[in-house]
Amino acid sequence: MAGKDADSKAGRRKFLTGFVAASAATAITPASRAADTLAQNAPRAPSALPPSGKAAEAETGTPRELARVPGTPGSDFMVDVIKALDIKYCPSNCASSYRALHESMINYGANKMPEFLTCMHEESAVGMAHGYFKAAGKPLMTLCHGTVGLQHATMGIYNAWCDRVPVIVIGGNDLDAATRPPGVPTFHSAQDINALVRDFTKWDDTPVSLQHFAQSFVRAYKIAMTPPHGPVMISLDAGLQQEPMKDHGDKPYIPRYVPTAPPQGDSGAVKEAARLLAGAQNPVIVADRAARTPNGVKLLVQLAEALQARVIDQGGRMNFPRTHTLSAPPTAVNNADVIIGLELSDFWATVNSYTDNAGNGGIGTNSSRIKADTKLISISSVELNTKANYQDFQRFQVIDVPMAGDAESTLPALIEAVKQAGPNKAALEKRAEAAKKAYAEGMERTRAAAALGWDASPISTARLCMEVYGAVKSLDWSLVASEGNVSNWPNRLWPIDKYTQWLGRSGGYGVGYGAPASVGAALANRDLGRFSVSIQSDGDLMYAPGVLWTAAKHKIPLLAVMHNNRGYHQEVMHVQRLSNFRNRVANLGGDMGPVGTSIENPDIEYHKLAESMGWWAKGPIKDPAQLGPALKEAVKVVQAGQPALLNVWTQPR
Amino acid sequence: MRRALLLLAAVAFSHAAAAAGSAEKGKSAYVKHGCWQCHGFVGQGGVTGPKLGPNPLPLDALSAFVRNTRGGMPPYQSAILSEADLADIHAYLQSVPKAPDYKSIPLLNP
Repeated sequence: MAGKDADSKAGRRKFLTGFVAASAATAITPASRAADTLAQNAPRAPSALPPSGKAAEAETGTPRELARVPGTPGSDFMVDVIKALDIKYCPSNCASSYRALHESMINYGANKMPEFLTCMHEESAVGMAHGYFKAAGKPLMTLCHGTVGLQHATMGIYNAWCDRVPVIVIGGNDLDAATRPPGVPTFHSAQDINALVRDFTKWDDTPVSLQHFAQSFVRAYKIAMTPPHGPVMISLDAGLQQEPMKDHGDKPYIPRYVPTAPPQGDSGAVKEAARLLAGAQNPVIVADRAARTPNGVKLLVQLAEALQARVIDQGGRMNFPRTHTLSAPPTAVNNADVIIGLELSDFWATVNSYTDNAGNGGIGTNSSRIKADTKLISISSVELNTKANYQDFQRFQVIDVPMAGDAESTLPALIEAVKQAGPNKAALEKRAEAAKKAYAEGMERTRAAAALGWDASPISTARLCMEVYGAVKSLDWSLVASEGNVSNWPNRLWPIDKYTQWLGRSGGYGVGYGAPASVGAALANRDLGRFSVSIQSDGDLMYAPGVLWTAAKHKIPLLAVMHNNRGYHQEVMHVQRLSNFRNRVANLGGDMGPVGTSIENPDIEYHKLAESMGWWAKGPIKDPAQLGPALKEAVKVVQAGQPALLNVWTQPR
Repeated sequence: MRRALLLLAAVAFSHAAAAAGSAEKGKSAYVKHGCWQCHGFVGQGGVTGPKLGPNPLPLDALSAFVRNTRGGMPPYQSAILSEADLADIHAYLQSVPKAPDYKSIPLLNP
């Protein structure tokens, strides 16, 4: 314990003073620069000059014992607080502004609960925490420099915000301008670092005492974990971390964490929704982030079966088994007379279509996808947490029965109310039969579509996805990310029926989510004995490929199969579209896609990139016949505990 | 409506006399003009665009659509896609081999 050092009289500021003085002694002065110039003009000297007496002593002598900071470091208490919340990992990129907490975590805290995971980019660290939560259901924390590190982290935080995922972000900051070290630490300090992410975090705080930190941290955890989930931010003063605990008579305490019960929809509105649903001829359920847990899937199945209503799973989470005959495509809303939306990120776009054409003055045309008299019901917790600046709340949609509440928590009451409302039994049977027929016909059409281009090279996205499924189907698999748009084949053809078999997407569509979120989810799955597989797009990987090293370093097994279409394909189509609207030939600049959108010439050898960071890797695979055998090899490697990557050249979508 | 019909008729007339395109040239034109972006390199289609081949629309119908579409696909006027290139692209789509029956593919019949 650091308390053993209580007899030392040297404080943090004295230590820093010594550091600055030592730095000054070795600093380059004008006189030394002049001496250097003279030396350059003198006859060539040996490259390694003998050290001065002072330097030799410093290099070979026994170092003097460093002055110790007295008392228990404040950061040791912070570790006690963090440990009280059972946080397993802390993926982070190291930074001096949290050095005291870092030191306490790995030494005083024995680098367990949380274990520090070395990351090479703050966005990767947040992305890992994002993916981890969706696989494990538990949040992680991440540490970063409060300014430069937090600026790197922001895209990851925005994705977590849009995807309603809790991440606890702590930014180190030298708040006290009178004591902060000069130079780099000052560039890395700010008055209010939290301002950078305030628009897309649920809450933030700047504790000024250790007791304040304990309250802030437990409060941050509690707020992050109360639906709607979301990231939270704590600015942590470097001095508060580094200074010893002050004796005010009472030791600071750690507040007990008691989870807040999620908000349910209003009981009157639930009854009205049940009345509309039970009386409908063709009710349709649409779910985006409705299932927060595996129980959410069970509840949604119960609701769907109680109504024999078809379910459109928009895929923000795995909400509804794809194997269920009530599973339906987005077009199922067209003939609905009642639609209930559960945690939809965009209700407007669920019931309206937008065509990106040159109509309407060049801004595209809108049209309704539903009948004029269709009744709309919504249960969404996001209404409780809307902020003004970022427009993630989407276009305004009039709803007949809107409920501000958590969908999963409201479902038991809604199911009960639907049963009490007593839907017509004959109508239920008729709908069940029609849904079964539509499901079978839909699957047949989908399989026929998947066969198109089956033997093409580059490899079709349908072939890619089905070869991957064939390689993992006998395992307890989890598709941890599917980035880069593979025509949604996994959701259309894989028999996804468990909550962790599909973890959804980034939330904010910030490219660069796939690689770190996959590694984070694979970390959770490693501990839970699941096999992790991701479909990894090329552009996404190159935002921060250092996360590959983090996976190898911390022995996180993951099968990453690349959807390498050699471009930022969404943008390829956007620029082509605008060229056509303006009646101009798109300038390809020697590439396949318009200038600025292709990732070729030279082609990136992702397999070599992964190999260089400790992965087993193979590629480029262009012949579809070679994909199956390569996948077999890669699966064995991952089962042995190593990450593996296959660089597969694919069709665009 | 009447104007659209006249337009379609005009386009159809212009193609009636068009020579059969070259599949080989069409393959290059298909890539050069960006058809692959939404429909895939062999016209297999995907979430961004429907299947184009094999068995494409007749050239006249394809041309009428490509020149005048107001839907999700951006139009290609003759200034950016010549009649000859369009005929070649059509020939290429006609040359795309028929896809295997999905029932014969074990991975599509789990």
